[in-house]
Amino acid sequence: MSAQPLLTGTGLWKSFGPTPALRGVDVSVNAGEVLAVMGPSGSGKSTLLHCLAGILTPDAGEVAFDGRRIDHLGDRERSLLRRTVFGFVFQFGQLVPELPVLENIALPLLLAGRRRRAATAAADEWLPRLGLDGVGHRLPGDLSGGQCQRVAIARALIGRPQLVFADEPTGSLDSVASDQVMELLVDVAKAERAGVLFVTHEARVAAYADRRVIIRDGTAVQPATVSP
Amino acid sequence: MTVSYALLGLLEQADRHGYDLKQSYDKRFGATRPLRFGQVYRTLAQLQRDGLVEIVGVEAGAGPDRKRYAITAEGATDLERWLSEPEEPQPLLQTVLFTKVVLALQSGRPAHEFLDAQRERHLTVMRELTTARRQASLQDSLLIDYQLFHIEADLRWIDHAAGRLEALAEEIRV
Repeated sequence: MSAQPLLTGTGLWKSFGPTPALRGVDVSVNAGEVLAVMGPSGSGKSTLLHCLAGILTPDAGEVAFDGRRIDHLGDRERSLLRRTVFGFVFQFGQLVPELPVLENIALPLLLAGRRRRAATAAADEWLPRLGLDGVGHRLPGDLSGGQCQRVAIARALIGRPQLVFADEPTGSLDSVASDQVMELLVDVAKAERAGVLFVTHEARVAAYADRRVIIRDGTAVQPATVSP
Repeated sequence: MTVSYALLGLLEQADRHGYDLKQSYDKRFGATRPLRFGQVYRTLAQLQRDGLVEIVGVEAGAGPDRKRYAITAEGATDLERWLSEPEEPQPLLQTVLFTKVVLALQSGRPAHEFLDAQRERHLTVMRELTTARRQASLQDSLLIDYQLFHIEADLRWIDHAAGRLEALAEEIRV
């Protein structure tokens, strides 16, 4: 693990209208680390994820990735960053419904200019790792919620990102599927040496993290408590 | 155990007779299970033997003599230690957690700090159990799941209570 954190957010503020969602949050993720951002609904944890991932621009404060400030980059550079060094998993998978599983997984490679055949061949190698053998040609609508999230995990990791952002990755799943998804997310990310920053309101899900930060009313109330 | 500390907490506020203690206990903590007089006096005798309370006066009355109890310095230290130590997560912990919150609020201690420390202890144990479950047989993992769901229920209560501390403090002061 490097001495310098992979990603840091310092003094982050973000308001929507008159209401501040973030009020001076400091947070950091080390390379290869799994960090849970916990908090009740409306606490600002998803806003924090969006600011750290370059989806939203904070009103004040800084976000730095690998020692380089990224919050004031232009849309194009940020979009490039999101496609190359970050991966994303959202609550409902957000798969493209018209594309079969293989092409959904291959999407980041296709967007990066890889040829279709090479991209889907690479995607095919991810199916057994996520227990998705035999579903490569199915459409997302024919899959269970847990399968959709596993496809989303493969899609997030196929481009070899350094950090995966996951926003309530088990939010729509029952407890058994939720455990499967978290085990796979953590195991596969560790195998790929990618860090994971995930947001959850469930303590059972946060228990998969190496470390956790609790957000309450837009501030981090228990930053960086290390678990054994 | 919880009853002893609840009585110490009540004595920390003011010296009291055994009868007053029972009334105060039942009002605050005895909604589902009021204390029996025998239990009050047995607990006080034990606390006195341990040097945590002392008798500061005896009043003669129509019936038996009424002893007036006070918390000792040692008792106050022991109460402080108990209040500040997070509990090990275990089933049926709610009585202890609830008693700590009420005593903390009643005495002007920072109840939110107690809840934060307790939340951290619960989360740490959940992390340990989740790690252990990954190597466990299905049978063992189901047992661990049982523990995890109970700890999660405690945590939900902790978060729920944390959001209502101010209102509870006002209600208790009345």
